[in-house]
Amino acid sequence: MSRATMTIDGIPVEIGNEKNLLELIRKVGISMPTFCYYSELSVYGACRMCMVENERGVLEAACSTPPRPGMSIKTNSERLRKYRKMILELLLANHCRDCTTCEKSGNCKLQELAIRFNIEGVRFPNTAPEQKRDTSSPCIVRDPSKCILCGDCVRMCNEIQNVGAIDYAYRGSKMRISTAFNKPISESPCVGCGQCAAVCPTGAITVRNDTDRVWAALRSGNTKVSVQIAPAVRVALGREFGMKEGDNAMGKIVAALHRIGFDEVYDTSTAADLTVLEESEEFIGRLESGEKLPLFTSCCPAWINFVERKYPELMPNVSTCRSPMQMFASILKEESKHSSKDLFHVAVMPCTAKKFEAERPEFKRDGKPDVDAVISTQELVRMIKESGIIFDEIEPEAVDMPFGTMSGAGVIFGVTGGVTEAVLRRVTTDKSRASLTATAASGVRGMDGIKELELPYGDKTLRIAIVSGLHNAEKIIERVKNGEHFDLVEVMACPGGCVNGAGQPLASMRGRRERGEGLYAADRVSGIRRSEENPLMMSLYSGILKGRVHELLHVHYGCCSHGKDEG
Amino acid sequence: MQILKTRAELDSYREAAMSALEAQKRKLLVCAGTGCVAGGSLKIYERLSELMKEKGLPYSVELQLEAHDETVGLKRCGCHGFCEMGPLVRVEPQGWLYTKVKIEDCEEIIDKTIIGGELVERLAYRKNGQIYPRQEDIPFYKKQTRVVLEHCGHIDAESITEYIAVGGYSALEKALFDMTGDEIVAEIKASGLRGRGGAGFPAGIKWETVRKLQADQKYILCNGDEGDPGAFMDRSIMEGDPHRVIEGMLIAGVATGATEGYIYVRAEYPMAVNRLKNAINQAKEIGLLGKNILGSGFDFEIHINRGAGAFVCGEETALISSIEGERGFPRVRPPLTVERGLFGKPTVPNNVETYANVAQIINRGAAWFSSYGSPNNTGTKAFALTGNIENTGLIEVPMGTTLREIIYDIGGGCRGGAEFKAVQIGGPSGGCLTKEHLDLPLDFDSLKNVGAIIGSGGLVVMDEHTCMVEVARFFMNFTQNESCGKCVPCREGTKRMLEILERIVAGKGEESDIDTLSELADMIISTALCGLGKTAPNPVRSTLQYFRDEYVAHVNGVCPTGRCKSLIKITIDPELCRGCSKCSRVCPVGAISGKIKEPFVIDQSKCIKCEACVNSCPFHAIKEG
Repeated sequence: MSRATMTIDGIPVEIGNEKNLLELIRKVGISMPTFCYYSELSVYGACRMCMVENERGVLEAACSTPPRPGMSIKTNSERLRKYRKMILELLLANHCRDCTTCEKSGNCKLQELAIRFNIEGVRFPNTAPEQKRDTSSPCIVRDPSKCILCGDCVRMCNEIQNVGAIDYAYRGSKMRISTAFNKPISESPCVGCGQCAAVCPTGAITVRNDTDRVWAALRSGNTKVSVQIAPAVRVALGREFGMKEGDNAMGKIVAALHRIGFDEVYDTSTAADLTVLEESEEFIGRLESGEKLPLFTSCCPAWINFVERKYPELMPNVSTCRSPMQMFASILKEESKHSSKDLFHVAVMPCTAKKFEAERPEFKRDGKPDVDAVISTQELVRMIKESGIIFDEIEPEAVDMPFGTMSGAGVIFGVTGGVTEAVLRRVTTDKSRASLTATAASGVRGMDGIKELELPYGDKTLRIAIVSGLHNAEKIIERVKNGEHFDLVEVMACPGGCVNGAGQPLASMRGRRERGEGLYAADRVSGIRRSEENPLMMSLYSGILKGRVHELLHVHYGCCSHGKDEG
Repeated sequence: MQILKTRAELDSYREAAMSALEAQKRKLLVCAGTGCVAGGSLKIYERLSELMKEKGLPYSVELQLEAHDETVGLKRCGCHGFCEMGPLVRVEPQGWLYTKVKIEDCEEIIDKTIIGGELVERLAYRKNGQIYPRQEDIPFYKKQTRVVLEHCGHIDAESITEYIAVGGYSALEKALFDMTGDEIVAEIKASGLRGRGGAGFPAGIKWETVRKLQADQKYILCNGDEGDPGAFMDRSIMEGDPHRVIEGMLIAGVATGATEGYIYVRAEYPMAVNRLKNAINQAKEIGLLGKNILGSGFDFEIHINRGAGAFVCGEETALISSIEGERGFPRVRPPLTVERGLFGKPTVPNNVETYANVAQIINRGAAWFSSYGSPNNTGTKAFALTGNIENTGLIEVPMGTTLREIIYDIGGGCRGGAEFKAVQIGGPSGGCLTKEHLDLPLDFDSLKNVGAIIGSGGLVVMDEHTCMVEVARFFMNFTQNESCGKCVPCREGTKRMLEILERIVAGKGEESDIDTLSELADMIISTALCGLGKTAPNPVRSTLQYFRDEYVAHVNGVCPTGRCKSLIKITIDPELCRGCSKCSRVCPVGAISGKIKEPFVIDQSKCIKCEACVNSCPFHAIKEG
């Protein structure tokens, strides 16, 4: 049976179910230059870099043209080369060209394409008006002078997250990306998820860089500096040092952190086990009383921010548990209360919203935050490079004691469906190995934005929804408001979960899956598979947490004024 | 107003209206198009009405069905087209056209013409000593074929009854009861009607595609944005004969199965919006819009959406975005508008003038329509004739009329007898035609062959005194301002082209500028996302093609027509200067210096070219050049 074919650069290629020419062209091993195309966002067609030339000499945009049988296109004709260079020249004309001192240097699409197309000069003067950087948010920094108006951030914020904090303003060459009334981003509906920074091809939106404060703490004399590493970090960082996407680099990361000078290195998965135990108890309690269902998870700070702004009436349904990061910090700070040295605690997170979470007044004691600094995976990469450590060669090490045990259930928090799976492992009465497999296959796993499952539980059937991406969360919320019953809803703001957090190196759709697989692989080789089997849990509950579980591990949001530091 | 529930009822209403209209022998039709209104025509209308009251003359401003033999009709009608000679008043039954009418003339019009039946000679059009009292005899009108504009200037623009009286809505009847949807589409296809908005795409094919699609909702979309500066064809049709547009849309609905229509009118046309709103209300009241029209089972509703000042919203997909409440950005295609347009449904997008052609095609047949023009370029086209021409105004000619006929026979040649240089056709998206094209037939295909477009129908005539580089700069300034900003080639490219053109016109052009302009133009035309961007460089490309020498001259510091102020040098001829110092005393910036009785000198670096000195010199010693 002959399939439909077309020709690309003289090569015949079979047309499958590719949505557009871009995807098909990738099949023959050509990567078309683009600024404004992401497969999960709507097709925008604005950068005009991906044009191809058809047999009649007409140019079409590859991102928005579906493949047609019998079509014949050239991807790099003389005209196309000329036009791409001109488009880059025009973009560079208005752009700051001090690449060496730019946060995004080495990771910038504009820089990459300017090098790729050999741009040797720009004929036009920079006539862009002076635009101020917006540093009002703890999560992201906006630098409009580097914006190329590709619109990716707008489409991400509006389509995937449905937050709409930024949009286009003005017309033509005066067009800018702006918040409503040009307010600072911290005064807009922005929830800090940082996905705009993740998709921004230039340095127009970047993750806020907090490494200076960490260096300062490391170099100061009488401070003990401890650090916790989130699950998602370990399967993403390695790629920046030549490892494969999804490879588990945890041992090397711990070793590198020791070398850099951190006194104690821990794994957030340890605290995730605590979160599982606390949240499971909360969940069972609600199931028995039948009140305040569904239970919404609470470890994602962007999600919390979203609920507080858009659906405050749902706050009673949100779990009162702190996130694993905050639970851990709470215990560490409590434990170091009587030590002679100050404790400066750092968290390495795949996330930008955690920077906001750490600054929340609810997580301060005596005016000092439990987590002193949050750095993203990307910032850690820089610190490792700045230290000169050759990551390749470093030998893996284990985390420190006494907080160095964790279960596989804690590790899988980093991927969408992980929290739910961990909780299910806890609440299920069947503790066999077969039960672990059954839970894994129940529908909790996978990169779909909305996953729904039903599971028998005693005499009930649990209805569970797992969502990632805030627009997807809204779809479930609408259904809940319309009377549909759910028992547990897990919400992660970043599509795919924390593995695709805005602080991580940017991942393709396949990359996210591979990172998730990496976490499941780490879980499989973990000796302890269930949170309650972690022996550290017992000693914590009978020790430092005795009588103070609620105070140290739970939170009531809004007890202090939102977002403003009241010391 | 009565509601017409069946075809028979409409027919008898029409009969009554026809005889009432016919019985009304004496009429004064005062042009109430925006142009003449700006010239004071509404005040003339008021004055005529006052005078008739004073003199006890029975008159009616709205056609009544009861015959009134003695009543004088006093109507506000649509644009007569001879805008240069406005305010205009047409006199019936004689068919005279009074030009440049003033309030002071009104009494004489009533006394001499209405009561006395005689011509007021000084108000008739005269040229070269000859007077032309009848409208049809005036040279401006002789070579025109007013089909789409047939009612403009001849009927009350605000009366559905008059529209019906002259045959209006009979095509709708035919479409509803005598033809199938397939037959309607076939007739439109056979007529060869091509979109009048500028792209010239066969309307019949659009209708056929939408007809064939299965959908729970379809839309008829009328583009009344008319953004080209200098174009007012659509405006005149919407103001002067709004029911014609409505009827065209209705027939499109019948043919394709659409039950809702949207007219998008630019916000800068408040009168057109009002006339359309009135017309829609009238049609609703009488039962020609709404549910089960004339008992046919066909429903149709029309909404009006106003623009908000963006030229780009004349682009089909940006227009749709605007109606949907979103930012006026064009969208990528596919999907095509006919497949997924307004609100994601199959949509027929056509221009006002296109819809205005539909009713007569249905009534008189495709063969009649294609008897005008030539194969593949059938029918007539309305043009807005403006610029350095004797007779500015709104004309309509068969497709294929030559440029020479339009400029000289209809337009009367360039003003003041100046020499014709070029005509910009198609507005900011079009190119120019020059002397070498005077015998070119104006139709879609002939123009395409010389790299130009008909566009929406705006014709800006330029004479020997026009600087073509400045023309290019003017149009580029317009398009650059109106660029929506979405795609890089248009947003950044037109900005840079404008920068270069402004430098050239200011006398700061560089050698490489002309080539850079060509390069940018080529890139933008090939890669821009929408029609605005793709055609924005056309004025530059076209003037470069035919008037490259003017560009080169500017780069070398000279403006050949002397229009670009920055390139003018004002100098004092030392042979003629008597050193009287008058010029230095009037110079506002102190650029002139010298000793009494010795030749004075102008400091070029200070001179602001205000020419006060030129006017002041009693010896005509100061020249520009």
